[in-house]
Amino acid sequence: MQVALMIPCYIDLFYPQVGVATLELLEKLNVDVVYPFDQTCCGQPMANSGCFEEGRATEELFIKNFAGFDHIVTPSGSCTHHIRNKFTAAAGSPERRKVSASVYDLVEFLHDVLQVREFPWAKFQHKVALHNSCSAIRGLGLASMSERVHDRKFSKPKSLLEHVPGIQFTNFERVDECCGFGGTFSVTEEAVAAKMGYDKIGFMSESGAEYIVSSDMSCLMHLQGCANRLGKNLKVFHIAEILNGVAL
Amino acid sequence: MSVVDQAQNAVAFMEDKTHEQHLDQLLWMMRTRRDEAASRVPEWEQLRDLASQIKEHTLSNLGHYLEMFESRAEANGVTVHWAQDAHEHNQIVYHILSDRKADSLIKSKSMLTEECDTRQFLENRGIRVTETDLGERIQQLDDQPPSHIVGPSWHKTTQDVAHLFARAYGSDKDKADPVYLGHVMRENTRVLIEEGKAGMTGANFAVAETGAIVTVTNEGNADLSGNVPELRICSVGLEKVIPRNEDLAVFIRLLTRSATGNAITQYTSHFLAPRQNGEMHIILVDNGRSSRLGMEKFWPSLKCIRCAACMNTCPVYRRSGGLSYGSTYMGPIGIIMMPTFDVRRYSELPFSSTLNGSCTNVCPVKINVHEQIYAWREVMEQNGQIQLVKKEAMRAAGEVLSHPRLYRIAASSAEPDMKLLPHFVLYNHFNAWGRHRDVPQPGKETFHDWYKKNRISTAGQEIT
Repeated sequence: MQVALMIPCYIDLFYPQVGVATLELLEKLNVDVVYPFDQTCCGQPMANSGCFEEGRATEELFIKNFAGFDHIVTPSGSCTHHIRNKFTAAAGSPERRKVSASVYDLVEFLHDVLQVREFPWAKFQHKVALHNSCSAIRGLGLASMSERVHDRKFSKPKSLLEHVPGIQFTNFERVDECCGFGGTFSVTEEAVAAKMGYDKIGFMSESGAEYIVSSDMSCLMHLQGCANRLGKNLKVFHIAEILNGVAL
Repeated sequence: MSVVDQAQNAVAFMEDKTHEQHLDQLLWMMRTRRDEAASRVPEWEQLRDLASQIKEHTLSNLGHYLEMFESRAEANGVTVHWAQDAHEHNQIVYHILSDRKADSLIKSKSMLTEECDTRQFLENRGIRVTETDLGERIQQLDDQPPSHIVGPSWHKTTQDVAHLFARAYGSDKDKADPVYLGHVMRENTRVLIEEGKAGMTGANFAVAETGAIVTVTNEGNADLSGNVPELRICSVGLEKVIPRNEDLAVFIRLLTRSATGNAITQYTSHFLAPRQNGEMHIILVDNGRSSRLGMEKFWPSLKCIRCAACMNTCPVYRRSGGLSYGSTYMGPIGIIMMPTFDVRRYSELPFSSTLNGSCTNVCPVKINVHEQIYAWREVMEQNGQIQLVKKEAMRAAGEVLSHPRLYRIAASSAEPDMKLLPHFVLYNHFNAWGRHRDVPQPGKETFHDWYKKNRISTAGQEIT
């Protein structure tokens, strides 16, 4: 199967190892990965700020780069949510519909499309606080939502990670409360954003977690910044790194 | 009026950690209780669907049901008034009172009268107004608007209230005991209730087939306000009408469970007709509602039944406090309602959200709250309400991110000095990120460069 790999801008710049882990993991699973070279970003930073107009050319570039592929995979729930559900460029065009229908967050691609249930190369003998982003939970439906009390309980990220030998999950309070990143919110309302992050770190820390794992690096960028400032010894990993196998 | 800066107001609220923590914990408890209450009702999601459908049906036939309500209420002996806006509403109230030489009014909590600033209007004209809801009375004594639509003074600790009552009533400022404080209030407010020449309530629902006003309270204060004086006034927003008593059953099951996790309140009261030898007036108030009904994207907020579940679950509201929104309605529902009143003054509110979507999930009438918050951001852009500095940063980001070559130049200049990157990745003009969090460091090389080095032989593509 051929897959176009989309690397979000902040992963390209700040967390290249997450891009590498995603690529290597897909290669291990015998996926033919193409990395379109002219890619930049999905346009979310602008649209998230209300600047839909300013984001449109970036969305159009994305469509141009990726419309030729039947599967687009990205290690980001929030980019997937934006591309699938929030694009405003080229509304109604077949190319736009194609990319929106073809994009997958890495977790849902592994879980639903490839249906991978084994990661024999990976192990992680640590206590982990699993953080699912709001885009992943309430935007893409990758896990059940705490507000929907009658829904069947499930978590696709967790059901993938459970196949990594040694991993232990901790239970922490307010498990799916927003961590406070929220895109540009994290700077336009930095004080509230940071307080939300501090509270989240507090709950995770109390639960005995050593690592925070998430399928969204943007949440982790925020949480790592909060943990460091609080002097908490909590480290973050993207789920791709764990599933690909990390050496500690 | 100037633009409300919710973010800045939130900083002020959070400076005092006690209040931030108090509010966060109290409201999270409400959210938890809501979850427990909902889980005890197996048909919870069907009830939400039904409630949403009833509201949509009613709003689609609003004229029909309002006229039905009017004729049934009049048949019950009630005088029905129509007010186009806040000023007209206040004039009607004032004239009802002044024509009957009523110089004092006792009223129960009504967000509509907050919206109309009715208390101030009447006090300016020499009418003494006493709020009878405990929380609302606390806010009145403190000269503050409500900070929450269900618990107007929930941002205050019992110590705050003890100090306030000591100032207002001379009670013991060190006795922060809710029972004691309740008695202080009762002693001081009962007499005003008994003396009140007129009583006023809002409405949780107006039932078209019966012409009844329904209020849902715990303290019984709406009943005192409505029943003790011979003259009774009810102010009702147009969207509060529902077709039948049968429909009321759906909303009553959802309302209190969503609000506080209780199955029902102490009092669910139907005000049908004037008391013997008394008078009852109902004022049906538009104040922007009919024009909101015509807004393609934003009419669903008219479904709101004012349970405040969206506020209780909102992580931003819980840390910021309700007063930070500088508006009658606050939290997620406030963010989507307030711009319909004043698009400029509330132009920044849609940005006081992480778009996490929890509000939408708890809403008992299924308002797509977070999607509307996002949609409002676009409106603010189109109306030119977005701050120039933000707009400029986003324009620059859009320019770089839509041109691969520019993006690569910017990315490579990340080393060594990070001059360009924070501007468009983090919108970091004011080093806002770094105030409370460590700033992420760029990788040794970008993924793009790593890929060129390590995979290019197999990729076989043009290098940009």
